[in-house]
Amino acid sequence: MRRFAALYDAIDSTTSTNAKVAAMAAYFSEAPPADAAWAVFFLTGRRLKRLVPYAAINDWTLAATGLDQWLLAECYSVVGDGAETVALVLDQVVVETREDVPLADWVEQRILPLRGMDPAAQQARVSPWWGQLDRSQRFMLLKILTGELRVGVSQTLVVRALAQAAQRPPTTVAARLMGDWAPTGEWFTSLLSPEHTDEDRSRPYPFFLASPLEDPIESLGARDDWFVEFKWDGIRAQLVRRAGGVHLWSRGEELITHRFPEIAAAATRLPDGTVLDGEVLAFRDDRPLPFSALQQRIGRQKQVAQMVRAVPVVFMTYDILEDEGHDIRQRPLEDRRRLIEARVPATGVLRTSQIVTAPTWEDLAALRTQSRTLGVEGLMLKRRSSAYGVGRKRGDWWKWKIDPYTIDAVLIYAQPGSGKRASLLTDYTFGVWDNGELVPIAKAYSGLSNEEIADLDRWIRRHTVERFGPVRHVEPVHVFELGFEGIAASTRHRSGIAVRFPRMLRWRTDKKAEEADTLDHVRKILEGAR
Amino acid sequence: MITHAHGDHARAGSASYLCATPCAGLLRRRFGADARIEAIDYGQAVTLGGVRLSFHPAGHVLGSAQIRIESSLGVTVVAGDYKRAADSTCAPFEVVPCDTFITESTFGLPIYRWDETAAIIDDIGGWWRSNADAGRTSVMFCYTIGKAQRLLAELMRVTDRPIYVHGMMLGMIDAYRDAGVAMLPVAPVIERAGATRRGKSSAPSFAGELVLAPLSARGTPWMRRLGDVSDAFASGLMRVRGVRRQRGFDRGFVLSDHADWPALLRTIDETGASRVLATHGHAEPLARYLSERGLDSGVIRTAWEGEPTGD
Repeated sequence: MRRFAALYDAIDSTTSTNAKVAAMAAYFSEAPPADAAWAVFFLTGRRLKRLVPYAAINDWTLAATGLDQWLLAECYSVVGDGAETVALVLDQVVVETREDVPLADWVEQRILPLRGMDPAAQQARVSPWWGQLDRSQRFMLLKILTGELRVGVSQTLVVRALAQAAQRPPTTVAARLMGDWAPTGEWFTSLLSPEHTDEDRSRPYPFFLASPLEDPIESLGARDDWFVEFKWDGIRAQLVRRAGGVHLWSRGEELITHRFPEIAAAATRLPDGTVLDGEVLAFRDDRPLPFSALQQRIGRQKQVAQMVRAVPVVFMTYDILEDEGHDIRQRPLEDRRRLIEARVPATGVLRTSQIVTAPTWEDLAALRTQSRTLGVEGLMLKRRSSAYGVGRKRGDWWKWKIDPYTIDAVLIYAQPGSGKRASLLTDYTFGVWDNGELVPIAKAYSGLSNEEIADLDRWIRRHTVERFGPVRHVEPVHVFELGFEGIAASTRHRSGIAVRFPRMLRWRTDKKAEEADTLDHVRKILEGAR
Repeated sequence: MITHAHGDHARAGSASYLCATPCAGLLRRRFGADARIEAIDYGQAVTLGGVRLSFHPAGHVLGSAQIRIESSLGVTVVAGDYKRAADSTCAPFEVVPCDTFITESTFGLPIYRWDETAAIIDDIGGWWRSNADAGRTSVMFCYTIGKAQRLLAELMRVTDRPIYVHGMMLGMIDAYRDAGVAMLPVAPVIERAGATRRGKSSAPSFAGELVLAPLSARGTPWMRRLGDVSDAFASGLMRVRGVRRQRGFDRGFVLSDHADWPALLRTIDETGASRVLATHGHAEPLARYLSERGLDSGVIRTAWEGEPTGD
């Protein structure tokens, strides 16, 4: 595991993507295939289901160090990461580094067998390991045990590194990485293999993603060069119809076929060798339902049939990636659109995302302002000549989203962030006025610059009214403009309202706390959204 | 009475200052020729306002002192910032028995434990070499008083090459040399920005060199002349991965001039104090930890909440 821990440190110790890719490529070339397979597993964000409850690790740490629970909690609030906190305090334990055990052996022979053991047996196995590993390896082990290992690389970078190591095009590697695979040495060898492997027939293509449009719309040039569609707010997915089967993959590469049986049924009418890209939407009476409706379908593993009636869904087709068994992603979108119209009905469970016909940019801008009424998130702009690329490549596909809802709210609580925001107070709770009292309305973490975060951190520390563990109740002084994408009634929030994707848009230093919005005002936004 | 010359412990504007002898040169450079600065040697006592005062080495930076205050109420020691690790740039910490010990607690949590200085210096040497191999400049951010000089002294283990430094650091490096501290030779980063900007091949290259700079130089146009850099920060704060990442440094070297958790506990124990007050950083957890172990302890609030400075 020493080599893997060193790779993690190398990735972690540079902000240069080229250096990260080089470190991974070197690892993939040098490591035994069985280890490299597990490395790909972890680097691409896959996780072992938590093998040991965090509470148990916590207890073992207290036992090993003689520390008190509250002190470990204080440490956590500075470090912002459970595994790292434990790895650091365990430095009090003497380390006697032993011979290196390969990553695959660690995972397969030591870590996975912990599953199902009772806690005492787990403790007896795990505790001696602390003394056998240096700090980096101990940290890796803890991350794997708790199912929290995350490495700061995107899948795209892993693909680039694998492609470098294999000297194969990144698209081939990306396709081989999609879908289900088991991290074995054999699999890793086939991943890098120059020969055409017998690819799993269910496998989707890497998704092509649009970038947010930041420049004025006119900068895109001639209106006629672009196809425009609505930006639907659902789950982006690929529908794979091959070898007599149907597979529906979410963008997170999760197989979601069984959650949406009506889509699977409709897809059987597609010719074999077809792959569609689209959006799963909750849809009724020719109109999308809010995302919160779709969430009920996602969360539900059982009683699917009942949910199918309660929340009907459709697959809104955006693109066709494979036709008659041929990969057609490089053909211009214009051609692909014609094929969609030939293969997919305009309406029904399996339907086509219609092209918006507004003839000028001005017409489009006007249409965009009606997005909320239409139940969409804005517009998608795709160059007629564009290929279906890989990842987020700027230039051909743009998303032109509507402006968020906004309110002015008062900062009322703050607590330390996690990960790279550990030890800074960056997790904020905001309130709006209700009968002279501030009622929490949203939590937000993003939107401030590092300088603003540092300023606010200093201010909060000096103006804390009360502390509840890591949470600080602060003087109601600072007003922030918050933006959010959606709003819904909620019985789980004291305000009775839940907002979606809240973030800070602006620090309203020009406003006094008394001038912030009221709960009544937010209720009116909710009514308007209905 | 000044424990040491860092900005959060010595501020301009007082009518007069009293410090330990090796601290006076540093204060003079900070406050100018007109400030009234008096110094006494470590261990020498003066009587002031009915109490007996003396300064004792704290091992934090050059001239850093614990202040011992003796009166009819007993002996109080204000430790200021201190460390127990060896440091050739200043006198080593001296345990001063007392009734009340006012300790710092910048790193007053059990996550803070420092590795051997030699191992950290080897790591820095390794980072410098690998940057040199890749044609990059190594830029080490560090505090101008104390850490820069300690690095220049410790790096003598691994090199005898001159180290480039930001102009702002020269004065305090001179002050240390004046006090007889042995350090590597330094050269200021020469300003030839115009030539660099035009990309002439004659532009000065810092590739392969190690440059020390204050944090305030980070992200300024000054950095441009250094070319392709790998940057690092030398501080106890770098013990926490999230802190290093939040700041976006390529590397963090956990080299601190403060006491780590074991050193704090050991020192508190060795003073024999029956009452301990903690200040700066993690004062509350340290005080609570001590209270739970039967020691009379509390917290002294400071205007310097938030990020520790001088480390």
